[in-house]
Amino acid sequence: MMRAPGSDLPIELADARYHVRGSVILDGISLVLGEGPPTVLIGPNGSGKTTLLRMLMGLIAPTDGAVTWGGRRNAPPVRRAIVFQRPVMLRRSVSANLVYALSSAGVARAARPRRVAELLELVGLLALAARPARGLSGGEQQRLALARALARDPQVLFLDEPTASLDPAATKAIEDLIRTVAERGIKVVMSTHDLGEARRLAGEILLLHRGRIVERGPAEAFFAAPRTDEGRRFLAGELLI
Amino acid sequence: MPTDIPVVDLVLRADPELLAIVRLSLAVSLAAVACAAALALPLGALVALTRFPGRDATIVALNTLMGLPPVVVGLAIYLLLSRSGPLGDFGLLFTPQAMVIAQAVLVAPIIAALTRQTIEDLWLEYCDELAAMHVAPVQRVRTLLWDARFSLLTALLAGFGRASAEVGAVIIVGGNIEGHTRTMTTAIALETSKGDLPLAIGLGLVLMAIVVLVNALAWGARRAGERLAG
Amino acid sequence: MSSHAARITPARMSLLAVLAVCLVAWPAAGEDRSIVVASTTSTQDSGLFRHILPLFKAKSGIEVRVVAQGTGQALDTGRRGDADVVFVHARALEERFVADGFGVQRHPVMYNDFVLIGPKQDPAGARGTSIAAALQAIKATRASFISRGDRSGTHAAELRLWAMAGIDIARGKGPWYKDIGQGMGAALNAAAAIGAYVLADRGTWISFRNRGELAILVEGDARLINQYGVILVNPAKHPHVKKEWGQAFIDWLISAEGQKAIAGYRIDGQQPFFPNATRPGG
Repeated sequence: MMRAPGSDLPIELADARYHVRGSVILDGISLVLGEGPPTVLIGPNGSGKTTLLRMLMGLIAPTDGAVTWGGRRNAPPVRRAIVFQRPVMLRRSVSANLVYALSSAGVARAARPRRVAELLELVGLLALAARPARGLSGGEQQRLALARALARDPQVLFLDEPTASLDPAATKAIEDLIRTVAERGIKVVMSTHDLGEARRLAGEILLLHRGRIVERGPAEAFFAAPRTDEGRRFLAGELLI
Repeated sequence: MPTDIPVVDLVLRADPELLAIVRLSLAVSLAAVACAAALALPLGALVALTRFPGRDATIVALNTLMGLPPVVVGLAIYLLLSRSGPLGDFGLLFTPQAMVIAQAVLVAPIIAALTRQTIEDLWLEYCDELAAMHVAPVQRVRTLLWDARFSLLTALLAGFGRASAEVGAVIIVGGNIEGHTRTMTTAIALETSKGDLPLAIGLGLVLMAIVVLVNALAWGARRAGERLAG
Repeated sequence: MSSHAARITPARMSLLAVLAVCLVAWPAAGEDRSIVVASTTSTQDSGLFRHILPLFKAKSGIEVRVVAQGTGQALDTGRRGDADVVFVHARALEERFVADGFGVQRHPVMYNDFVLIGPKQDPAGARGTSIAAALQAIKATRASFISRGDRSGTHAAELRLWAMAGIDIARGKGPWYKDIGQGMGAALNAAAAIGAYVLADRGTWISFRNRGELAILVEGDARLINQYGVILVNPAKHPHVKKEWGQAFIDWLISAEGQKAIAGYRIDGQQPFFPNATRPGG
């Protein structure tokens, strides 16, 4: 196990804002994410879930305010990884995709074959190792994207609506993997549209609305009795405008 | 090459002069594409991936240079390589090397412009993933070039097509010397100017057949590669 | 696993590129025994070099690389130092070349002759033994005439012949006089295509295959003689000139052996070139 110097946790946002061409996407977010069970972001479309995840990952910088990882402002994403909603496969085989991820994470050449086998086994793609990655189904590609992310041996794993385009069987496969990953001590931060999925996976809920965190708290408590009006209406299935 | 024998017979009995001309044509054009690619692939990728002042002008320039007239390139290289020119001491004029240089200059903008377009399109697709994997800029270039390899092969073939078809540059810098710098296209030009049209047409068909063969091989390589790696 | 496709690495492709360049470089690597001779397209097209150069190579081991251009361009190539020897047929220009210091000395080598070619039906009535009369007839009837117009020796000869026939062609030409700016073969093709008159060297005419309705209408006139000279490019101006080998070639051309080789060349049984290195007046 490789440990880079310094930890990426806790991730801290201090009054972070993000606006683009005049429109405000994130409107003053302050939060601290530490180790623990999965944190799930929920909220209507356009509430800023994707932008928030990308900012926490470090892909975009806040236009105001600051984000720090383990207290550091410009920490490169060495121990963080992200799975996008529609992952892009490299034009090579399944295992070559993993080798690429391992090599960009600095894993020694000799150690790669073993890690590739382990990861493929974990996500259930061992039989497809030699196939062109672009020929895989949506669910298989998502699993490969997950394996690529795990190849970086991350402390924090971000997932942006990972099952939004998948059928129920593939969805279950992904959710099971997320559970396994969380049990291994990796901090999972994900967004979802599916309240059922949130119920199944979340340890903590963050409700976003119009670029602000409206409610935050332990999942059980939220689903039993949301504290805010937006929370109640969102759970009831109303459209939050 | 005997001029009173049909080209078909020259081909069938592997006339040594015809073979030498074919060999030189392929060697010059392939070497020119290789040299041009060594420069133009990274250059095109670099322009695709970086933002710098004058980037738009650079892209327009590259696209324009795709249409460089071969005779103009030939003349410019001739003046450079002539003994009375700045690079005269190398004694490269009227040699196959001069022909490779001239064709490389001709072909490099094509490869660079097509590479830039291909890489820029691919970068739009890949930028999130590569940023998420914290891939260093140099490695990004290599990854994109490799993943775009099939489209880039098409760019290389476009370059090869231009090189093997042109006569203006190689005839000026090569001198069309019999047995030394005579290629298919310069031989065709010569036979045409001598009035031996049947031979010229025959040579033209041989040239087309060779180019078709090269393209077929490249296509086969691409299909095989796609099947292996997607 | 599946990394076989990845074996075509960029490193290997660069190696291939290097090999490709070596393949091309290999024939000409190093200081090989060769000289560059700037000569004219008509001489090259006649096939003379194909006949005599192997004989020279067998004797001396020197490979002669002929760059065939128009006379004007060939002399320019010599002036620039891009050739070691110049071998053309335009006496006045050659003497100026030497006088200007670009050449060491002019040696006469051989002569061939020009012939007036035209349509068999001869609409201008040019057929005969006098080139002057023929040209006057062509101008009078405004019959189509093809000029090479490319600063070649043949073009220079054509212009001299018009002048000698008493015609100021620069002012007297009209749409009938077609200046195509190309080589002898192209000029003959053009003449065959439109049934025009053209001045050609005998060597190119003998081997020209696209004759159509064309035939020789005037030949043997003393003014149609075309003298060739060979000159070593001056090493004082261009130190890199291969002067020993260049001089060896010149010496061979004017030697008994070289002269015999020139005389021995035949096209379709006819002798196109007549050696005259030893006879003055060349």
